[in-house]
Amino acid sequence: MSDVTLAQDFTKGLWKEIPPFRLVLGLCPTLAVTKAFETGFGMGLALTFVLVCSNVLVSAGRKMIPAKVRVPCFIIIIATFVVIVELVMQAYTYPLFLKLGIFIPLIVVNCIVLGRAEAFAYKNGIGASIADGLGMGIGFTISLSVLGSIREIFGAGTFLGKAIFGASFQPFTFMVEAPGAFVCLGLMLGVMNLIGSE
Amino acid sequence: MRDIIRMIVVLAVLGALSGGGLALVRSETSEKIEFQQLKFVKGPAIQEIMEGCTNDPLVDRFKIKDGEVERSFFVGVFDGKANNVCYEAEGKGFGGEIGLMVGVNLETDELLGMGVTTHSETPGLGARAKDDPSFRVQFKGMSLNQPFKIMTDGGKVDAVSGATITSKGVCAGLTKSAEFYKELKPQIIEKAAAFAN
Repeated sequence: MSDVTLAQDFTKGLWKEIPPFRLVLGLCPTLAVTKAFETGFGMGLALTFVLVCSNVLVSAGRKMIPAKVRVPCFIIIIATFVVIVELVMQAYTYPLFLKLGIFIPLIVVNCIVLGRAEAFAYKNGIGASIADGLGMGIGFTISLSVLGSIREIFGAGTFLGKAIFGASFQPFTFMVEAPGAFVCLGLMLGVMNLIGSE
Repeated sequence: MRDIIRMIVVLAVLGALSGGGLALVRSETSEKIEFQQLKFVKGPAIQEIMEGCTNDPLVDRFKIKDGEVERSFFVGVFDGKANNVCYEAEGKGFGGEIGLMVGVNLETDELLGMGVTTHSETPGLGARAKDDPSFRVQFKGMSLNQPFKIMTDGGKVDAVSGATITSKGVCAGLTKSAEFYKELKPQIIEKAAAFAN
């Protein structure tokens, strides 16, 4: 495994295959938890942790896991790390846990995590799998943070809970509602395609 | 045949490792989680119920063993007398267990107040039992000596509209909690008295 391919495995998650924009996977949390920067960022970190850990274990056990029962095995591994994240968040960042609510347990069925386990970690070595998991996770965190920031700034006129515009600012509340999430996601995808096509 | 055995072994080992690991994490974090819940969920409920008390109910607490379970009681001091306690109860709602915080006056057995702490009820319907203050304030002054019932069952409690099961669950939880409250009352009074000033 040369350093060049390792770097490629890492950086592809940051732009070329950045989730959820390029892969368009894991849209449920993307739309649901990006009302504000804080929730999007927290969700991204939680997913990154689960993704890296599950990638490592799947990759380490790929010679032992029989192909016929690989999906149940992946689910056990992923579910374990999700519960760990849930418990740790409850113990240390309880208010954030309350805000993310049901979407933390739902990481178990997140397509990105299962997708990377199946498409990458099951076929590649541990080093490459860590690089892949980190890249994808950080890409997802950036996406959700940007989406959350845009929606929070325009929809509520705040950033990290603090007002950033003067009192005369009328919040564009459409942005923090569910349809606003779709519109915002679509616009960002469009801009990314525009940049990529040149 | 060998394939099947291999699959069974791999799945069983994975499951066992996962279970063991989670048990470890749970036991490591349970104390901190209890503290966080006290601070962010139960704390505000207790403070609302105990409004006007002269001590900090979150600090002045004690535990009593009730058979298998250990119950926490939070003492509220009013006019120098430790005559009010808060304790936790559970009701069964539409989406699972509903955690309740019950405040009761030890002299009259009347409710000082009630609050919903943890729940998984439907947002906008059952969740209003927690979010809508008008539901919880009506319990104030009701006696623990009578069963709690919603109006359609011949009781006095005005149910949250669209959330009959949730409302019934809260009432049933309160009624059930009266049983262990009465059983433990002598011990509660004895332990609470230590916090009077």
